[in-house]
Amino acid sequence: MLHLSIKQTQEALRQKQFTATELTQAYLDRIAQTDEKLNAFVTVTADLALEQAKKADEKANFSGLLSGIPMNLKDVVCTDGIRTTASSKMLENFVPPYNAHLYDRLLDAGAILLGKTNTDEFTMGSSSENSYFGTSRNPWNLDYVPGGSSGGPAASVAGDQSIFSIGTDTGGSIRQPSSLCSIVGLKVTYGRVPRHGCIPYASSFDTGGPMTKTVEDAALVLQTIAGQSEKDATTVDTPVPDYSQFLKTDLTGMKLGLPKEYFGEGVEKEVVDTVMAGVEVLKQLGAEIVEVSLPLTKYAIPTYYLLVKSESSSNLSRYDGVKYGHASDQAKDLEEIYLKSRSEGFGDEVKRTIMIGTYALSAGYYDAFYLKAAKVRALMKREFETVFKTCDALITPTSPTLPFKIGEKADDPLSMYMSDILTTPINLAGICAMSVPAGFSQNGLPIGMQIIANQFEEGKLFHVGHAFEQATEWHKKRPIF
Amino acid sequence: MLSKDDVKKIADLAKLQLSEEEIEKFLPQLQQILDNAKMLDEVDTEGVEPIAQITGIDNMVYEDIMASENLGSKLLEQSPQPIERNMIKVSNIL
Repeated sequence: MLHLSIKQTQEALRQKQFTATELTQAYLDRIAQTDEKLNAFVTVTADLALEQAKKADEKANFSGLLSGIPMNLKDVVCTDGIRTTASSKMLENFVPPYNAHLYDRLLDAGAILLGKTNTDEFTMGSSSENSYFGTSRNPWNLDYVPGGSSGGPAASVAGDQSIFSIGTDTGGSIRQPSSLCSIVGLKVTYGRVPRHGCIPYASSFDTGGPMTKTVEDAALVLQTIAGQSEKDATTVDTPVPDYSQFLKTDLTGMKLGLPKEYFGEGVEKEVVDTVMAGVEVLKQLGAEIVEVSLPLTKYAIPTYYLLVKSESSSNLSRYDGVKYGHASDQAKDLEEIYLKSRSEGFGDEVKRTIMIGTYALSAGYYDAFYLKAAKVRALMKREFETVFKTCDALITPTSPTLPFKIGEKADDPLSMYMSDILTTPINLAGICAMSVPAGFSQNGLPIGMQIIANQFEEGKLFHVGHAFEQATEWHKKRPIF
Repeated sequence: MLSKDDVKKIADLAKLQLSEEEIEKFLPQLQQILDNAKMLDEVDTEGVEPIAQITGIDNMVYEDIMASENLGSKLLEQSPQPIERNMIKVSNIL
């Protein structure tokens, strides 16, 4: 039963092929058997999950959008009474006093929480190696990274430890690990899903979204968590459509653009070839394919990290050893509480982030770094708006490279930042994108295809993604580990 | 070029205390990242308004209604510092 999608599982629950309790227990057993290998979970909430499952069985009504469906949350989504660590020593023992709004929406829809999954510390990274709790591993080959920062969520879904997960994406943190683990990962339009209760990295970029086994499941989960929230003033009142109506298999009348910069320098040939084979499938399904250009793409990485690290240096000033989180026991006065608690509590990449951000915002450098990047961001948004006047959606690779080996980029932060070269432009422009499984390399490592659409056009992602998925078999392959 | 003193100064502004080894390690990494950012000088941004709110929404206004949720004591319990008379007690400032 563990390879089933949400849709298939619900069908089985309704037909009483198994109970929610049996299902939940099977997932808990699977986690117990496999997590020594994957290290996807930071915390397993077995008692809570079985309690929720029992209630679902007692109600015996599986008509809710996610009734009886076992899932996990990236460990930056706050859960009342359940430890939420951001995979940082700083929050090793942090137990939030309230739920993230999106978690409340999932609970209302009947979902069951199996646990909290691993991430790069405070979501800063592209491999999950920056976690205080150790790196997660790629189920397709345990010597390789599962990507990041949502490496735990991706490994857990690919490894059949959960039916779906909720990740967060600031510059690719849902899509890149989804690509590296051969699952579906959706980065929503900024403001489509409430960020309330999600531990922030960069507030004008962060988004929460589904990581699933199928496109249909992604649509179902988004249906549950999307919409304006009184707890997040950056969510918008744009109506949430019925996403199931977009799940079509014919692409006639769709015009899809291939931005040539996403297939150029720095993108591995095997990745390009695989995605181009995918484009051929889309063409056969009726789509019209056109070449387009987004010349500012090469500036995305510096624009992204200057802005994100500036916002982050400000966001992370809340960790002071006073209000919550780690406090040093070596401090003699208040200044030392700040200095020592932060220095002991944060890992290397978080320290680098805070330093770059502080520098970019400091007197004398603000105009040259932060402000300059905020202007380039405006130009990049305009560039996408122009392209979307002629195209319904864009097709690109998700990750410029195949999954890399654990340790390969650990001491080279700039090279790690480059992993996000094809995903950060989407966050800079606040638009939406989804990675879908598109094939495998010769040595059996997954390759994902990224579909990009304009703000609040998630429906188009589901349309193209579902049609592609129905015409291919990649999403049906399961890793053996 | 960044110097060790620059790194120390940034760390000080950011309320971080770095060891000598950390400074040695971070200095070339930060230098490389900031050098890479210089490529933005190539982009003509004359007359461009910087952007921070990407979907273009303006202020959101809500009714000012008191919520029944009482988080006060729960939030205080989060503090690693001692609590006295419903306040967090911190060490001397001077």
